[in-house]
Amino acid sequence: MASENLTSTEYIKHHLTNLTFGQHPDGYWGFAHNAQEASDMGFWAIHVDTMLWSVLLGGLFIWLFSKAAKRATSDTPSGWLNFVEWVIEFIDDNVRGSFTGRNPLIAPLALTLFVWILLMNCMDLVPVDWIPWTVQQVMHHVFGADPHHVYMKVVPTTDVNATFGMSIGVFLLTLYYSFKVKGPAGFASELTMQPFAAKNPLIKILFMPVNLFLEGIGLVAKPVSLSLRLFGNLFAGEMIFILIALLYSGGLVWGVLGGVLQWGWAVFHILIVLLQAFIFMTLTVVYLEMAHHEH
Amino acid sequence: MNINLTLIGQSIAFAVFVWFCMKFVWPPIMRALEERKKNIAEGLAAAERGRKEHELSEKRAAEVIREAKGKAADIIAGAEKRGAEIVEEAKSDAKVEGQRIITAAQGEIEQEINRARETLRGELAALATAGAEQILGREIDSGTHSKMLDELAAQL
Repeated sequence: MASENLTSTEYIKHHLTNLTFGQHPDGYWGFAHNAQEASDMGFWAIHVDTMLWSVLLGGLFIWLFSKAAKRATSDTPSGWLNFVEWVIEFIDDNVRGSFTGRNPLIAPLALTLFVWILLMNCMDLVPVDWIPWTVQQVMHHVFGADPHHVYMKVVPTTDVNATFGMSIGVFLLTLYYSFKVKGPAGFASELTMQPFAAKNPLIKILFMPVNLFLEGIGLVAKPVSLSLRLFGNLFAGEMIFILIALLYSGGLVWGVLGGVLQWGWAVFHILIVLLQAFIFMTLTVVYLEMAHHEH
Repeated sequence: MNINLTLIGQSIAFAVFVWFCMKFVWPPIMRALEERKKNIAEGLAAAERGRKEHELSEKRAAEVIREAKGKAADIIAGAEKRGAEIVEEAKSDAKVEGQRIITAAQGEIEQEINRARETLRGELAALATAGAEQILGREIDSGTHSKMLDELAAQL
């Protein structure tokens, strides 16, 4: 479905560019017309497509699950409520397995992360051109926009901002509970008194910067790895879908091959989609468990 | 791949969704699950209790039946004994009564015989007197012959 008047490079680039709204260097606010403009906008710009799809999918999650919550009954559950209960019990089991404390936030947090990320990841399974092409047509015919400047990345988790946004939320919670449970002194000693420990006070003080450096890396590595793992997996998956989609412009034989490949990759990708959502959730619970206990 | 405001927007969206889930999704469903778990446990316990009670009452029923059977057998035996007794009593009563009736009848018969004998005797005396009168042609003085007549009557 790649447009005939785009080179492969342009096609891929187009698919990897977010619809960015922000302030242009010359002062006026608007959408970026290409990747260069988007990066020129600096920090004070927003990826409209990422926000739109993630909020839409989060809203879908909230809507579907609160619908079930309203119908929640201790009698025989049916239909949708059945499914929701199954998901919730699955999450609850997992959280109980890795989180030993009592915190009413953890399980709903895990549920939200799992379902939300899963939904966002699932957007990857929608053929890569369907939504962007539709949006391009609408923008072109209704608003008269140049279709080449209408960008639409429909998988929020292939945007590093989205995954970092979530992992920063988790990181802040980790810090908050570390302070709350261990106290500032306990948290500070955890960061400075290990892994190198000594009896001698002088050596202890000498070890402090080394320990702080190592533990600090460990602390920061958690949210970074958490978000980059999700981003990397989904980005790579998306990339392969885009490359497969390129085959459709290569004639009938390549097109059929592309169809088969896309189907095969989509089937395999279901695993990744599910697994990455699960890993993000589980690691979040594990990090929060670590924040609640000395280790 | 630019880091920009999306990061903060995403964090806010994340916080809102988690808050909403924690407030309105998780608690009602968990509550329903807990309640159902409790209901099921109670139901199972009740069923177990019911089963035990059923067993007990079956045992009790068997006991009652056995007791009733024993009592019925006693009653039947008693009734049979009593029946035999009644029959015996009736038999002896009947015997006595029969004897009495027979005795009375014999007495009556004797009386009748005596009465008939007396009558016959009287009549015979009259008949003999009348016969003798006919034969002798005259009246027998019953005053003079009464002694002879009485002897005659006594001979009859």
